[in-house]
Amino acid sequence: MSKPVIATASLAGCFGCHMSLLDIDDRILKLVELVEFNKSPIDDIKTFTKPVDVGLIEGGCCNSENVENLRAFRKNCKVLVSVGECAIMGGLPALRNGIPVRECLEEAFLNSPTVAPEDRIIPNDEEIPIVLDKVYPCHEIVKIDHFLPGCPPSADLIWEALTALVEGRPLNLTYEMIKFD
Amino acid sequence: MLRSKDIVQRHPQNPAALLDAIRDVQEAFGHVPDEAVTGIAAHLKLSEAEVRGAASFYHFFSLTPRGAYAVYLNASITSWMAGRAAVAQAFEEEAGCRFGEVTADGLIGLFPTSCIGMSDQEPAAIINGVVFTRLTPVKARHLVLAMKAGKPIERMVSEWGDGANQSDLVRAMVSNNIRKRGSVIFGPFEPGSAVRKAVARRPEDVIAEVKRANLLGRGGAGFPTGLKWEFCRKEPSDLRYVLCNADEGEPGTFKDRVILTEIPQLLFEGMAVAGYAIGAREGLLYLRSEYAYIRRHLEAVLERMRQEGLLGPQVAGKKDFSFDIRIIMGAGAYICGEESALLESAEGRRGEPRNRPPFPVQTGYRNRPTAVNNVETLCTAARIVTYGAPWFLSMGTAKSSGTKLLSVSGDCERPGVYELEFGLTVQELLDIAGAKDAFAVQVGGPSGACISRQGFGRKIAFEDLPTGGSVMIFGPWRNLFEIVANFMDFFIEESCGWCSPCRIGNSLLKEKLEKILAGRGSIQDLRDLEAWGKNVRALSRCGLGQTSPNPILSTLQNFRELYEKAVGGRDGFVPDFDLTEATLEAARLTHRLPLLEETSHE
Repeated sequence: MSKPVIATASLAGCFGCHMSLLDIDDRILKLVELVEFNKSPIDDIKTFTKPVDVGLIEGGCCNSENVENLRAFRKNCKVLVSVGECAIMGGLPALRNGIPVRECLEEAFLNSPTVAPEDRIIPNDEEIPIVLDKVYPCHEIVKIDHFLPGCPPSADLIWEALTALVEGRPLNLTYEMIKFD
Repeated sequence: MLRSKDIVQRHPQNPAALLDAIRDVQEAFGHVPDEAVTGIAAHLKLSEAEVRGAASFYHFFSLTPRGAYAVYLNASITSWMAGRAAVAQAFEEEAGCRFGEVTADGLIGLFPTSCIGMSDQEPAAIINGVVFTRLTPVKARHLVLAMKAGKPIERMVSEWGDGANQSDLVRAMVSNNIRKRGSVIFGPFEPGSAVRKAVARRPEDVIAEVKRANLLGRGGAGFPTGLKWEFCRKEPSDLRYVLCNADEGEPGTFKDRVILTEIPQLLFEGMAVAGYAIGAREGLLYLRSEYAYIRRHLEAVLERMRQEGLLGPQVAGKKDFSFDIRIIMGAGAYICGEESALLESAEGRRGEPRNRPPFPVQTGYRNRPTAVNNVETLCTAARIVTYGAPWFLSMGTAKSSGTKLLSVSGDCERPGVYELEFGLTVQELLDIAGAKDAFAVQVGGPSGACISRQGFGRKIAFEDLPTGGSVMIFGPWRNLFEIVANFMDFFIEESCGWCSPCRIGNSLLKEKLEKILAGRGSIQDLRDLEAWGKNVRALSRCGLGQTSPNPILSTLQNFRELYEKAVGGRDGFVPDFDLTEATLEAARLTHRLPLLEETSHE
């Protein structure tokens, strides 16, 4: 029987949740035994090559590429998990949500004191993803099946959730795993 | 020139004077300028954050200028139903600024405000403390032109309402609209009778009488008044207080306004009776800011009662009972109708609810045992003491004795105040009020229940449909969702923000409702509304959040078919997100095309 397939993505996040995933230490050897990775920054596979059992999403959506990516995950993953505050709530990037996108872009690219006068232009190359009007949590764009809280969720939490999902057993998240203060 | 410093210096150097100091500065300058914040903080030995916190908490205080004429146009549903949209447009066009703004010359500011207790004479506005009712676009334009001509606001009132609204001390264009007088509140009243009757008995006997009469709190919660008084009396303390809750803020209710205008002495006697019963020497009337126009009249009645020996030392000749009443002003905050928030506000702070227990009867005003009672409750208690429990028990139902004042508004021929015995059905009330084709009735205000025709046989009583008195009637041509959305906006505006289920939950519920109305809803969203509403109800800290999901929950229950029609049979996940909308602004800024939303993604 083939191993369960995992995919991961970091959208508008800081890769901290991926770092936390790597924090499982020597259990990473067990993980390699347990699952096969598909599209993920961990193995650098850029596109889906087969159906995926569990997709882990770090970060919310701040631009059009994030949306495209997230929708591709939903399409290719049986189970989709929002990992960490940014995926669940928008997190730090969502601090801009109270400010109109025009003001954000003008401050960053036109008015900031560190912008050289000759560089004053809002980047407009067709290759660049378009910034969204605000940062969206993933579950407002696609259906999300599970949410792992934390900034980042601890390695133990990610390990427990991931192994439970691929082994098809109920999640056993102890109080310590989801207590943050 | 008047300086804010001089105003601040007038107040005692005591944090309790915070709201009074802010109010005086607000009245003198039309806002609370920065230097006044600093001055108040220094004088009262508070931090500037505490001063700003209080000034920003209440609707009628502002840290930025509100205009020489500050127009507060009621935004409650009855105002919209009576033509608010056109009136607001007329104000905006004639003044030259939008709602939420002040004109460039600083002359006129336009602001929405929550229900001001005029639901039977909407659209209504408060301008510099003066109430204007039954506004029309023409009247609104007229008012703005008078402002531009610099006319004093009091002189813009051209007609006066009925009853005491015409008296020299009120002079308001407000109408009482008393449609039905019952025998408890609006029965014949001989001044002094309640106080004299009470002090002739032992305080314990007064409490026993009120308990025998099974008087339940008229604010809506229905706690037994006699029991409350007994708890308060038994709590050991050197001081006790009676606090009358005249912060009538539930949208659609206005019966306390009519009591305060027409029979304030009955209320004050009720407070004295309560004071005698619990052993208090001081009573406080917390008057909502919207009713400030009645204050001079109330003060005059208090003064007359003092002269007649019904207040002050040795009330009604009773040697060891001295009792007086002081009026405390609110500043615009629905949450202050919640008794522990009321206490916070009465003590001069932001009106944020306290943890309970301890309850106000144990630790209330200034940490002393306090009986907090509704206006109507105290009036009713005064009558019970005068006429006895058996008289009172002969009215109403077995579980809900006596009468109830109902504030009826909306789509009916005779909006106004009705005093009716408990136990009458919604349909009977509709017939009396002349509402022939009602389609929905909101009983108890937004925090109450929305009843459909199937429920018109239900009885207005604590055991069936409890109500603080607000009854809003909606005809079949009304859009139920607009009503629900208006109520949710009200709760979002009025949440004090202390606890997240209420602060965030109500906004999420409203967003979900908007999603459904935008045609992006599914049956899953209806399930979410139900589940989230129950969470907000169960997890909120005070009565506001515990009832704020009711507009959604009760219409989901009683008008389910309208929701089902709105979601059109879709189930599962339907996103509210639209890629084209979301990329529009950034595309515009970079001269690119927004991305097209694929019409059928998963």
